[in-house]
Amino acid sequence: MKIESLDPRINRAALDADSQDGILQEMDHFQTYEVFEQKKRGTHHVHVGSVHAPNSELAMMFAKEQYTRRGACVNLWVVKTSEIFVTQYEDSDIFENTASKLHRDPNSYKVMDRIKAFKERQKNNA
Amino acid sequence: MYGNAYIENNGQENKLTANEDPQKLAAFEARIAAGDKIEPHDWMPAEYRKQLIRMIEQHAHSEIIGSLPEGTWITRAPGFRRKLALMAKVQDEVGHAQLLYSAAETLGKSREDMINDLINGKSKYSNVFNYPAVTWADSAVIAWLIDAGAIVNQLANSKGSYGPYVRALDRICAEESFHLKYGHDNVVFLATGTPKQREMVQDALNRWWEPIMHFFGPSDKMSVHTEVLMRWKVKMGTNDEMRQTFLDMYVPKIWDLGLTLPDTELKKNEETGKWEYTEPNWDVFKQVINGNGPCNKERLAVRRMAEEKGRWVRRALLQKDAQYVAPLS
Repeated sequence: MKIESLDPRINRAALDADSQDGILQEMDHFQTYEVFEQKKRGTHHVHVGSVHAPNSELAMMFAKEQYTRRGACVNLWVVKTSEIFVTQYEDSDIFENTASKLHRDPNSYKVMDRIKAFKERQKNNA
Repeated sequence: MYGNAYIENNGQENKLTANEDPQKLAAFEARIAAGDKIEPHDWMPAEYRKQLIRMIEQHAHSEIIGSLPEGTWITRAPGFRRKLALMAKVQDEVGHAQLLYSAAETLGKSREDMINDLINGKSKYSNVFNYPAVTWADSAVIAWLIDAGAIVNQLANSKGSYGPYVRALDRICAEESFHLKYGHDNVVFLATGTPKQREMVQDALNRWWEPIMHFFGPSDKMSVHTEVLMRWKVKMGTNDEMRQTFLDMYVPKIWDLGLTLPDTELKKNEETGKWEYTEPNWDVFKQVINGNGPCNKERLAVRRMAEEKGRWVRRALLQKDAQYVAPLS
C-alpha cells in the first residue's frame, strides 16, 4: 500500500506503508564524541554534550550545528567519548581531604606577628 | 515538543523496589529529596532507569516526528522570513531529538535500538503528531499552542532528578522560546487579517483543540506507582495539573483575539480556580496512539525512509575500529 499524503514531496517518494526495511544494526549511528565549547576568548572550554559521528571532521560539523546555533562561540573541541578517562561517582572518596586546610589558607600565615615580636626583642636588647 | 509521558500505572510500591538494596535505595532517595541530581553511573533502582528511558525516548521521538507536520509547510511558507523561521524551528526540533537520544543513551539503551522501536511502532511519541497540518494556519497553531503545551511540560520536567535529562531540557526550553513567539506572531497575523485569514485560523483551532486537550494525557490515577515516580522526580506533575497550567496561560490569549474554542463548557470556575471543560474523547486518543490516527503510517514510513536511504552513506563512512561508548553525560 502506497502512503498518500497532503505533502506532495511524500507522494513523490511513493513510500510503501508495509515496508519492513530500515531496521538499524549496531553502530549504524556510529560512535559518540564529546563536545567542548569556548564561548569567548580567555575563558575555559566547557563540556556541552555529545554527537554521533563517523569521524572527527563530521563530529566537528555536527557539533557546530548542534551546539552553536544560538549565542556566541569562538572555538570548539570534539573528542571521542571512548578516549576520555573518567572517575566513578562511587569512588568520590578519592577527593576527600584533611578536615583542616589551614596550610592552604593565606590568612593562616602570620609573619607580621613574628616580625613584630622579633623587632621588639631587638629593641629591648639594644 | 512533547506532552506528558504515557506511563502505565501498575504495580505496588513493594513490588517496584522489592529487589533493591534498602540501604542504597535510602541513599538514592535522600539525594533526590535534598535536590541533588542523579548522574549516569550512579546507583539507581531498576524502575527509575526503566521509566526514565521510556520517558526520554518518547520525548526524543516526539521531537523528531513533530518536525514532520510542520516541515510539510517549509516549501509553501508565505514569504521568505516565515520560511527561514520555519526552517530554523524544524532544525531545532531535530536537534532536540539528538540531545534527548543522548540523554537516554546514558541510561543504557543505544540510539539504534530506540529508532528501531520507533519504526516498529513499539515506542510511542506525542499523539498530536499523528494529525495532518492541513493549511498554513495549522502550522501556526502547532507552533504556538503545541509548543506552548510542550514548554509547560518541559519546564516542569527540567526540575527533575536525572542530570542528563535536566541539562538537555534547559537547552531545549531556551531554544523553544522563539518557537512560541514565532507561532503567536503567525496566529496573530491571521487573526487580525482579512475575514478569510480569520476563518482559516479559526478552522485550524477547531481542528486542533481536541488533540491539544489530549496532549497532556488522561487524568492520572493516583496510584502508588505515580506517587513513587513523583517522589523520585521522574514525573513532575500530574497530567491534569499540566493541562490546567496550559489552559490558564493560553485560553485568555486565544479569546483575546476574538477566536473561539469548540467546547461550550470551557470556563474557569472562579471559586475553585480550575478550568472546567468537556472531557475529550479518550477512546479516540487510544485509537490514535495505537496506530490508527490519520498520519501514523505516514510518519513512520518517512522515518523509515530516512534510515533506509541514508544507510549506504553511513555504511561507507563507518570505520572498522569504531567503538561505541555511551555519551558521558
